[in-house]
Order: sequence, then C-alpha cells, then structure tokens
Amino acid sequence: MKHQTTMGMNRTGVASSPRHAKALYDASKRIKKPSLDGHGIMQVRQAYVNGGELGSVPPPATLKGLGKTFIELLKGERAPVLIDRLCERLSSERSAVRLYDGMLAKYDVMGSWPGGPTREEIEHLRSEELEHFRQLHRELESMGTDPTALTPAADVTSVALMGLPQVISDPRTNLHQCFEAMLIAEQADYGFWEVLANLAVEMRHDEMAGRFHRILAREARHLSLTKSWLVLGVSASAGVRAFGQELSVRPSTDGKRRRTTRKSTKRRSRPRAR
Amino acid sequence: MTIDLRKDTGVPLSRQTFNWRELVQTPYSKLDDDAFTRVRVVLMNGIEAEAVNFGHSCARMNQELRRPLAEVRRAEHFQQTLVNWLNPPDQSPLETTIAYEQVAVEVTASVAQNEPDPYLAQVYRFGLLEDFDHLYRYSALMDRLLGKDANNILQSYTDVVPGRPTSEEHRAPSDDLRTSYDAEKAAAVSKMNALTILAAEQQAQNYYMNIGPQHSDPVARQLYAEIAAVKEQHVTQYESIIDPKESWLEKWVLHEATEVYNYYSCMEQETNPRIKTIWEQFLDYELGHLAVARDHFEKHEHRDAAEILPAKLPNPISFDSHRDFIRKVLQREVDLRAVGPEFVASSQVPARNPSSSYRKRLNADGSPSEMVAAGYRMNPGTELSPESKGDGQKERRAR
Repeated sequence: MKHQTTMGMNRTGVASSPRHAKALYDASKRIKKPSLDGHGIMQVRQAYVNGGELGSVPPPATLKGLGKTFIELLKGERAPVLIDRLCERLSSERSAVRLYDGMLAKYDVMGSWPGGPTREEIEHLRSEELEHFRQLHRELESMGTDPTALTPAADVTSVALMGLPQVISDPRTNLHQCFEAMLIAEQADYGFWEVLANLAVEMRHDEMAGRFHRILAREARHLSLTKSWLVLGVSASAGVRAFGQELSVRPSTDGKRRRTTRKSTKRRSRPRAR
Repeated sequence: MTIDLRKDTGVPLSRQTFNWRELVQTPYSKLDDDAFTRVRVVLMNGIEAEAVNFGHSCARMNQELRRPLAEVRRAEHFQQTLVNWLNPPDQSPLETTIAYEQVAVEVTASVAQNEPDPYLAQVYRFGLLEDFDHLYRYSALMDRLLGKDANNILQSYTDVVPGRPTSEEHRAPSDDLRTSYDAEKAAAVSKMNALTILAAEQQAQNYYMNIGPQHSDPVARQLYAEIAAVKEQHVTQYESIIDPKESWLEKWVLHEATEVYNYYSCMEQETNPRIKTIWEQFLDYELGHLAVARDHFEKHEHRDAAEILPAKLPNPISFDSHRDFIRKVLQREVDLRAVGPEFVASSQVPARNPSSSYRKRLNADGSPSEMVAAGYRMNPGTELSPESKGDGQKERRAR
C-alpha cells in the first residue's frame, strides 16, 4: 500500500463543497463579459523581451598546453555554444547524482514494488550519472574551460527542472511519485545528450562525439528503465497488467552487467473505451 | 477552557525549549486539510513575526527590558519557525499568496464584525474590500500564467470577484493615516483586533517583497510590486489606529495578550488533531510570555495589569467563510475612498487631492492589476474549463 494512491478527503475540487461552490459560482456569474483576451498581458511580456539576458559563457581560462585541435575549436562563434552545452550536461549530471541519492534514501525506507528497481539498480544509475559528470569535467578541463562555471544553458535547465528535487526530497512522496520526477529528469537527460552528441559530430570533433554517443546509449537505457519501472508500478497498484516492459539491467555478482528479460504480457484484447 | 489573562501563568519560559526535530514537523496537506487550517498557519506565522519584530523595536528603546525581551523573543522565534514550517513544500509561492489573501479577507471580515468601535470597524471593512480585490487579481494571475485554479487553495469558501479596484487603492501617505483609538477608553478587543490585522498585513507585505522577484514573468513581477505597495499602505493604516500614547510595556503586554487570543481562537476551531495540539501547546507558552510581560509592566510602571487586560478573552476570531457579510460590504462600500482619516463616497473626493496625482503617476504606463484581470471571470477549474453549472456534484454526475 505504501506505493499506492489512496482515496480520501481531498478538498481541492468544487464537488467537495457543493453549497460553497454554488455560492462561489453565483458570485462569479455576476461579472459580465468574461474574456480570454490576454492582449494586455502579452503586450507587457513583449515590452520586456530584449531587456536583458541570462548571462554569458566564460572564455577559456588558458590556452596554454592545449592541442592545436582545441585551439582551433575554441576560435570562432561555435566555441561558446559547445562550452555552454558541455556545462549544461555537467551541471545536470551532477544534479542527477543527488536526485538518485534522494531515491536511495527513500528506497531504504519504503522498498520497491514487484518489477520495480532494486537498490543495486538505483545505485548503478547513480554511478553512471557520476561517471558522466566526471567525463564532462575532464572534457571541459582539456579545453581550458572552467568546469565550475554556471553557463546560460546550465542555468536554464536547472531552472526548468527545479521541481524535481522538491518532489524527490519531500518525505511525503513515495518511490512511485519520485520515479515520476526521475522520468522527467531522464527524458531531459536523453534529449540534451542527443543535442550535445549531435553538436560534437557537426563540429567534426570525432573522438568527443564517439564518447558522447556511448553516453547517449547509456542514457537511453536509463530512460527505458525508468519508464518501465514506473509503468510496472502504476499498473501493479491499479491491479492491471503492464504491456511491453521487457528490459532491465541488473548488475550481476561478478560486477558485469547482464541483460534480463522481464516476462512481457501479451495483449489479449483491446481495452474497452470508457 | 477558560483563560484568565490577568492571572494565568502558562508554561514557564525555562520549559519552552525545542530541538530541530520538534521544530520541523510534518506539514499540513495542501490537498486534504481544510483551507482554514492553512489560514490559521499563515495567520499565526504573521502573529509570531509581529511579536519578534515588536520585541526587537522595544529592546532598542529600553535598556532594562533587553534581557526578558530577548528570552521571550527566542521562544517566539522558534514558535514562528514551527508554525511557518507547517506550510507544505508542494505549495508554490503563488498558492501561498492566495492563502495570504484568504487570510486577509476572512480574518479581517471576522474582526470587522467583532469590533465594537464603529470607526475601527469601518477601517477594517475598508481594508477588507482591498484585500478582496487582491485575491481576485492574484487568482487571475494564477489562472493566466500557470493554468492553475486558485479555488484549489480557497476550497470555495471565498468569492473571487473584484473588490475596490487595486488600481484605485494607491493613495498618498496622508490618505492612509487613520485616527487612533484612545487607549484609556478602547475595549481590549479593539486593541487585539488592531494588532492581529496589523500582523497579517505586515507579513503579507514582507512575503510579497521576498517572493515577487522570484517570478520570471514580467506581469507577475509587476503585480507583486503593485500589491506589495498596497500592503505597505495597509500597514500604515493599521498601525495608525493604535494609540501612540501606550507605553512600550503596555504594548508588550497587549502583544502577548493578542497572541494568547489568536492561539485560543485557533485551538478552538482546528480540525486537524495534530495541529490542534500545537495550538494548545503554544497557547500555554503565550500565557507564560504574558506572565513575564505582566510582571515587568507592574514592576516598572507600578500599575495593575488588570487596567489594560480583560479577565476573559473576547469572542474568538471566526475562521469560517464570511461570504454574506463580505457581499453586503462590497455592495454598500466599494465606492468609498479615503480622504485623510475619513471615508467618503468617491463623488465627494475633492477634485484636487494628493492621492489622485500619486495614483496617476503610478498608473501612468498601465496598471498591472487591471491588465492581468481584464475580462477575467473566475470559473472553477480555470477560465479554460467549460462553464460550470454552479454545482460541482451535478456537473460531475453529468459528465
């Protein structure tokens, strides 16, 4: 039950208080001419656009000791874009490690659900996020760029994902709910790694692109695992079967990862439309 | 439970201790608890903040009171921490803002009805219609910026319609000052009412000044700037109804009595049993603080505290929907305007008055509160939802 959603005294909707709701609606009805016209709001928003920017990407701290390729790379207009994307990934991967720390804290108290993650699996994802963070740290250092800087793209992603730690660290959320937040994090991770890997390819930095594509493959697995755990958990708590959740990676005792196949359930008939 | 403000000694200060685990408790549920549990939490945070701020001001002016004030203030600080930390982390600053305005509307409505002095009651009704309008403007913002429904927070207890338009509320400082009560003649409940509403408005101003810039949307930033300015006016208004001739010690005693009164009101009506025990505990703590203040008042001023304290508490603040009262006030008084300390119909405001030029200057490049709510009609489920038939249950069944 600890991962299940229960029915109770939710008071947020109008149906929880019909008498008051009717009065509320009666008062509101007296306002004439309701309108969805957001023209004024739009005008103010537009008037402020171009009034400033989030900030900038720092220049390389030093060009000393850098290879010719990197010096070439850092010249021109494309360099800040690459540095910005690298810093974005670094910042997000670092945060993802902390998100998984929060997941582990919750796992240890609440446990998992049938078909849900094991502690080792969560730890494994955490360790890969940490590896990615350190890889990016090395990439930035090798380019003479300060890996501790907060760049605009890193700032944007961190603002966009601000609610994730809020969900995961809330003691009242269960592991299911935390995985909802992790799904958003992993979706974003996958998407942004695609952006970065593509950029490295287009900038013809082949070695870097190779490294990033390997990370992208791992992130694809993170995303698929997170999704399948969530689907299985939600399905189990609703007492229904989950379709098409096959893959999991469980670390074996010898330290090598092995692929296991979860029994997939064949769809017997179309679900009835409600 | 009978409280004797003149004699009860409550829990001694030496036993008012906390550890971090006690201070940080499980918050109320945004989804399942009654809206008035949230209203009480928000109000009591304001009451404690006022206690702490008053204690600091008093200490700055009174050498001999510094130690007892510091001791009481430390307990007040931790009480405020415990109370404010009952707000849940899934409640956004804008949702909390809606709650602040529900406090301002419903608590002021209760106070206005419980106020024996007709002029002071008028002051509260005047402020009430302005806070009522703020609720409407913030609800429009929540709907139009986030696609969220303010009624999830209000739980249908409070109407969301325009009051005195916020754009009209901007007044020159001289039109925000009121006539104070006479401490020698005023009823104790009048003094406690004034401190209660002052505290609520002061914390709203502080809150908006902190969270306004946390919004990225320029419309939201402007609206918070605008309503925070009116809260500053309200603080000016409500502190001006308090008799400045009261001594520092008299004010201290009245602050503590007000805290007792508020915790008692909360305790009597709380529906969450866990939070009710907090109100009970803090009521006893406040009686302890009142005993300290009373002792110093009698020691230094050689007066009997019974001169300023009633034996019995006034009727508790009513934490309930005051919809009918508010509608009547809205219908009769929305057109009132302040000219100096008096309230007159808008048609009687002199053509040349300091507030109109002040307002004109502020609204010169548009009014955020007008713009955010242009054509806004609150509809449960947001204005994007199909129009309700007015009865949620029937609607639900119909679906």
